[in-house]
Amino acid sequence: MTETREGLDAPTVPKLFVNEHTASDESNTVIDVNKLDVHYGTFCAVRGVSMKIKENRVTAFIGPSGCGKSTVLRCFNRMNDLIPGARVTGEINFFGQDLYAAEVDPTEMRSRVGMVFQKPNPFPKSIYDNVAFGLKVNGYTGNYPDAVERSLKRAALWGEVKDRLKENALQLSGGQQQRLCIARALAPEPEVLLMDEPASALDPISTLAIEQLINDLCKDVSIIIVTHNMQQAARVSHETAFFMVNDDRAGYLVEFDDTSKIFTNPNDERTEAYITGRFS
Amino acid sequence: MSDPTTDDGEPRFRRRSKTWEGGAVKWLFLACALVSILTTVGILVSLVINAWGFFTEIPIWDYLFGTRWSPILKPRDYGVLPLVSGTLLVTLIGALVAVPIGLASAIFLSEYAPDRLRRIIKPVLEILGGIPTVVYGYFALTWVTPQIQKILPDLLVFNALSAGLVLGLMIIPMVSSLSEDAMLAVPRSLKQAAYALGATRLEVSISIVVPAALSGVIAACIIGISRAIGETMLVTIAAGATPKLTLNPLESIQTMTAYIVQLSLGETPHGSLEFNTIFAVGLLLFFMTLVMNVGGHYVVRRWGLRYE
Amino acid sequence: MRSPSSFNHHLGRRKILGSIALVMFMSSVVVGILGLVVLLAQILFQGLEWLSPELIFNFPSRHPEQAGLKAAIFGTVWLMGLTAAFTVPVGVGAAIYLEEYASENWLTRLIEVNIANLAGVPSIVYGLLGLALFVQWLSMGRSVLAGALTMSLLVLPIVILASREAIKAVPETYRQAAFALGATKWEVVRSVVLPSASPGVLTGIILAMSRAIGETAPVIAISALVYLTFIPQNPLDRFTVLPIQIFNWIARPQEDFRGLAAGGIIVLLIILLSMNALAVFLRNRYQKQSVE
Repeated sequence: MTETREGLDAPTVPKLFVNEHTASDESNTVIDVNKLDVHYGTFCAVRGVSMKIKENRVTAFIGPSGCGKSTVLRCFNRMNDLIPGARVTGEINFFGQDLYAAEVDPTEMRSRVGMVFQKPNPFPKSIYDNVAFGLKVNGYTGNYPDAVERSLKRAALWGEVKDRLKENALQLSGGQQQRLCIARALAPEPEVLLMDEPASALDPISTLAIEQLINDLCKDVSIIIVTHNMQQAARVSHETAFFMVNDDRAGYLVEFDDTSKIFTNPNDERTEAYITGRFS
Repeated sequence: MSDPTTDDGEPRFRRRSKTWEGGAVKWLFLACALVSILTTVGILVSLVINAWGFFTEIPIWDYLFGTRWSPILKPRDYGVLPLVSGTLLVTLIGALVAVPIGLASAIFLSEYAPDRLRRIIKPVLEILGGIPTVVYGYFALTWVTPQIQKILPDLLVFNALSAGLVLGLMIIPMVSSLSEDAMLAVPRSLKQAAYALGATRLEVSISIVVPAALSGVIAACIIGISRAIGETMLVTIAAGATPKLTLNPLESIQTMTAYIVQLSLGETPHGSLEFNTIFAVGLLLFFMTLVMNVGGHYVVRRWGLRYE
Repeated sequence: MRSPSSFNHHLGRRKILGSIALVMFMSSVVVGILGLVVLLAQILFQGLEWLSPELIFNFPSRHPEQAGLKAAIFGTVWLMGLTAAFTVPVGVGAAIYLEEYASENWLTRLIEVNIANLAGVPSIVYGLLGLALFVQWLSMGRSVLAGALTMSLLVLPIVILASREAIKAVPETYRQAAFALGATKWEVVRSVVLPSASPGVLTGIILAMSRAIGETAPVIAISALVYLTFIPQNPLDRFTVLPIQIFNWIARPQEDFRGLAAGGIIVLLIILLSMNALAVFLRNRYQKQSVE
């Protein structure tokens, strides 16, 4: 039931709590990627990516433009299905279930994987309706106002909007809009939250708010964040994946490790060159 | 600063005295642009002056609210309501056909159809929009009416129903293409956000795309309906020439536009009261379509959402 | 992990709804296309047997088998020629003014709003304008000149809008390059902007003309007479055009004239389709060039 979230402090459900603080290799694997290739028509955008993403951690994808990090991210909720000519091969296991298996319905699967986009993209509806949209389409059976309030609180937006829930979401500031989009993504209670450069269109203060939010949220959601900003990756993530693009413009995974290791003592010299800013 | 000169004092660059030419050209082009304003003024003036001749003899009240229109045959009556009801009846039937079909086509083309299919369908719909209206009139009279008569044997040869149905067919491309433009302008990021929340294609189309494009969609419908109000040849050919205050689509009626054509074809002397009726009817028609068009633009400006 | 019980996805129901909706959306498109197909089939079925040299080369007649479109075809050619002669310079000039010269002020906005509204005025109202202004006040009579002036005003918004689009599409760098060489504004417009924009402008003109060929109502208001057995010799002669002749035949009760009308429609549609094909051809060539 929904009190899984509410009962974070209750002693009966300590599992998530423990996970967050011990933050160790014992974490479950949420997404297990095996030899992932993505083609657009004949063009190979991503080649041979294998990685295990862990539960209740923040995983950052970094790398130069065109390295396929966003493309890989969009495989995790099958958004690439919407692009004509896109073809995904390899395996992506989501809690042990192959996402691209024939019997998996992308519609239902997407409700279990939230996504936040680069630019804030609230629907031109009221704040309330924005958050309730995901509840409605997924047939939420509980109390809607409570669920909307809970999601807005989790996105640290409740205090700012609780008196103006009926106002059009486009009237919020950019940073507020992005937190609304986070609240909207959290409403269907996803297990994984994908964030595609969520702060790149925001000012520094809003960016800080989003980063703090990521820190809080990862207690009960696994977060994967694509970022251009290496400091941001270092600040918010537990683990970092570094992607590069090879000569025929296909992206590939170079290194995937603890964030502290990637930023202080990477195994691969290309990672080190990128981290230290020798190419971008 | 002085012109740069060569050693012998001659100016190196001669400033060509072409400023007058540039100015004259500019005024000439402005005059071209002003033709459009003169057109509007001309329409208003010519309608009002000739309609004035009519209204000096027939009180405007009797014209606007009279329920019998018989300007040529005695007893003469100049109540325009039968013509207005005829116009609205045909327009309503047309809108009932064109709005749902046009919107559904627009949703299909913008949200469902693969690019290749859209590139085939759109020109076909454009052809439909480019066919002269006499042709639609011919179609309504010689094909649609006989087909309906197979089901409703009492249907008259000239009737509002066939004219309205074919009128609907005629404005489908307009409603569809303008709404599709509005739907295509909805940012992809909104649709993606909805898909990412687990919405189906239908849910994205109905709950995100259509509401976000609503102002454009409404404007498309208004402009299509305004076009239907002003449509002339189709209703002249197929809807009949009997002004009648009725909402029965099976009857023969006359629209405002069809009356203007009917009178233009006769040998009515210029300046007579009968002749001036067409300007009174034209003036009312002009205002009806003007209100709709201005309303359409207002909807877009007032409620149109601006996306970056 | 979340407990699944708080969401009831109703996936089956949503999928069925989605399929029903898709079928409805698709059938709407099919209705539109089917309407076109039936319309064309009906006209071909009724009119093909009436296509003959007499239809093209004869004057109208009381006897359907001798009746032809000669007067209407020549009237249409006259009307189109004069209409183009008035519309093209004025329409392109207005577009140049709005795109190249006009500054952001109330006059420009007024002109723009006005053009948008003119595009929505019913064509029969233009006919009344022409009847009052050209036929009566300027004493042109029910002449081809009055008809052409009226038709010009009617299609002017189309030419202006299309020309503006074409001029807008000329890259700003072209203008800057010409200005940098010391060209005046008018020289830039004449030697850089207009040549680059000409395919788009031409497309707009063809589309406007094809609209004008099919227009019937305003020409009826001007010309009225639809039974002519002569060809206009000068701009002040009376005239008739193809769609009016077709309308005249449709309006007759005899079955044979209906067939004749269908034959006339086929002639009209062939002219229109070839003009549209030409416009599409020009647009495609133009688009390819601008990509290269």
